[in-house]
Amino acid sequence: MRRQLPILIVFVSGVFMVIQYFIPHESFEFIYEYAMDWIIIIGIFAMLLGLWSLTRASVSKVQAKAPGWGFSVMTLVGLATMLFLGFYKGNKSIAEGTFFMDLFWYIYTPIQATMFSLLAFYIASAAYRSFRVRTVLATILLVTALIIMLRLIPLGPISGVNQWLASWILTVPNMAAKRAIWIGVGLGATATALKIIFGIERAYMGKD
Amino acid sequence: MVTDLNTAIWNTLAAFLTFCIFSFLYKDNPFYKIAEHIVVGVSAGYFAVILYWNGLVPKLWNPVVKQGKWYYLIPGLLGLIMWTRFSKKYAWISRFSISFYMGIATGVAVPLYMQNFVIRQLSSTMLPVHFKNSVGFFNLLIIVGVLCALIYFFFSKEHKGAMGSAARVGIWTLMVGFGAGFGLTVMGRVSLLIDRVIFLKNYFTSIFGHIL
Amino acid sequence: MNFYERLMQLDRRWIYLGVAIAVTIPVLAPFKVPVYITPEAKAVYEFVENTKPGEIIFLAIDYDPNAMAELHPMARTIMRQSFSRGIRLIISALSQNGPGMAEQLISQISKEYNKKNGMDYVYLGYKPYPGITILAMGQNFRIPFPTDYYGTPLDSLPMMDGVRNYDDVKGIISIVAGNIAEYWINYANGRYKAKVFFGVTGVMTADYYPFLQSGQLLGLLGGLKGASEYERLAKQEGVATEGMSIQTVAHLVVIAFIVVGNIGFFMSKKKKR
Repeated sequence: MRRQLPILIVFVSGVFMVIQYFIPHESFEFIYEYAMDWIIIIGIFAMLLGLWSLTRASVSKVQAKAPGWGFSVMTLVGLATMLFLGFYKGNKSIAEGTFFMDLFWYIYTPIQATMFSLLAFYIASAAYRSFRVRTVLATILLVTALIIMLRLIPLGPISGVNQWLASWILTVPNMAAKRAIWIGVGLGATATALKIIFGIERAYMGKD
Repeated sequence: MVTDLNTAIWNTLAAFLTFCIFSFLYKDNPFYKIAEHIVVGVSAGYFAVILYWNGLVPKLWNPVVKQGKWYYLIPGLLGLIMWTRFSKKYAWISRFSISFYMGIATGVAVPLYMQNFVIRQLSSTMLPVHFKNSVGFFNLLIIVGVLCALIYFFFSKEHKGAMGSAARVGIWTLMVGFGAGFGLTVMGRVSLLIDRVIFLKNYFTSIFGHIL
Repeated sequence: MNFYERLMQLDRRWIYLGVAIAVTIPVLAPFKVPVYITPEAKAVYEFVENTKPGEIIFLAIDYDPNAMAELHPMARTIMRQSFSRGIRLIISALSQNGPGMAEQLISQISKEYNKKNGMDYVYLGYKPYPGITILAMGQNFRIPFPTDYYGTPLDSLPMMDGVRNYDDVKGIISIVAGNIAEYWINYANGRYKAKVFFGVTGVMTADYYPFLQSGQLLGLLGGLKGASEYERLAKQEGVATEGMSIQTVAHLVVIAFIVVGNIGFFMSKKKKR
């Protein structure tokens, strides 16, 4: 029952969803709508699971006085503050102009945005250290990247040519390359989905 | 730019946190670590609150309590049993709700991925080839590019002879694609930094007047 | 150790300093750079321009603060253009920390144009599993969103009267970071034949050209350049336009790093031989 029943649920619900795509009958639509509705509810609990996991990890780090436990206190303080502010004014807390939204906008947003902005420095460093014209393939990659980058730079009389070339690269060879990749994605996703429906792929169940 | 005191204080905090994160570029330090850990907690707290007000209340609390749709307790229960993941003994119970999700998500995916990512993409590659103008020739390049790139990914036959030549054209095409991707990635990464630089410029301008 | 070898072992922090200087110069001494308008950006603009006052566009704000730099200017300009033309908006935010991004824009821009919640726009908010949510909205917006972001039932909002699903909106503009884009194409367009337009991050831009060519996607704004093109088209020059001069200098510096890196590499190899 621990393994067979979940496999049966996947099979029945999976096959139903495939069939209802091809046969849009009223009764199928009814079940389809409920399935969507219910999945979203399950999803809410699944997401909260991740949050609980984070809290538990931080609390045990603080309790065990593990190295850097003080930083985990900061995490818990941030979490508790947001939870308090998010609930004490009811659902009005999530509207603009509240303390809750101020914390989102002036603490969360700048930290998150700046963390990702560090990538600008790293990509420059990577370009300096490893972007080498060693082989034909590396040269193709480098030349293409340069043309795309140069389209942002005013080049006087040759700007028009470079713009055209960049646009051509994006809409012809790049398009062909990305299309082949998307076809691969489509085939891969379909094959994996079928493997799950027919119970061949069971990694989602975890270990016994 | 004139700002009120409240906004100025908030912006000062935001600017301080921005510098805390930038300090990591020199080396790892407690300021960076503090900001990094705060953001994890704030982000989790923010998301929990949004999930509650935008998720649990309208999707479960209201239907069950306000509208008397008791059958909504079934997905609620399926959601709750996800939490058995924390128990070694009862973790298997969570499989029922996971399998329900997996069945629905994969069942939906099968026809749509095949239709939109494979068949539609292939049919859009069937372009008219002619040499009356550049479009017809570029169409030929697209067809050759797609087919050769697909051949490059086909590993069931050794890449030798005609197959090898096609695969070589395929990898060239893919490299052009990756090069374009790299060029645009540089733009994307720099944009993220630009946002912070403009924020700091506006902040200093609002506090100290125009820099120049 | 000769000059080239030393060049190859340059501390990464010098490179970081170079980047920092490059992005600071245009801030201190601003200048303008020309922006070339691409047909894919113009398609998004013309779609909004050709939508009649009173008609509805679905605007999906599907990004977190980490993609704000590139996508916030796009969403802001599109929202302003729509409100200024009397177009009504249904707005969703399917990215985990996206609801705050959308709420900030809505509260700011609705005030600028004196637009009323429930009459001129409806903000649906967030639900988990973006793919499933997009599919469910294709049946009825009320399945994933029985209430709006603020907890008001959709049926009590005048704007939603007679508005059921994607058939009742002119099209969908998703300003998106990450794989939510895939779901809009696969589910909203693929299953429900909705007209889909994208504003995406620079990293994602090249990936979506196949869908433009196949007609599954009808317009594309790519990264900060796309945002600046849109600002130019909508005559609302803002952060993206300002950022393009910084982009120019930063790109020059990155190109210089690549060239110097290659010269150093080949010269130091030659010396060794």
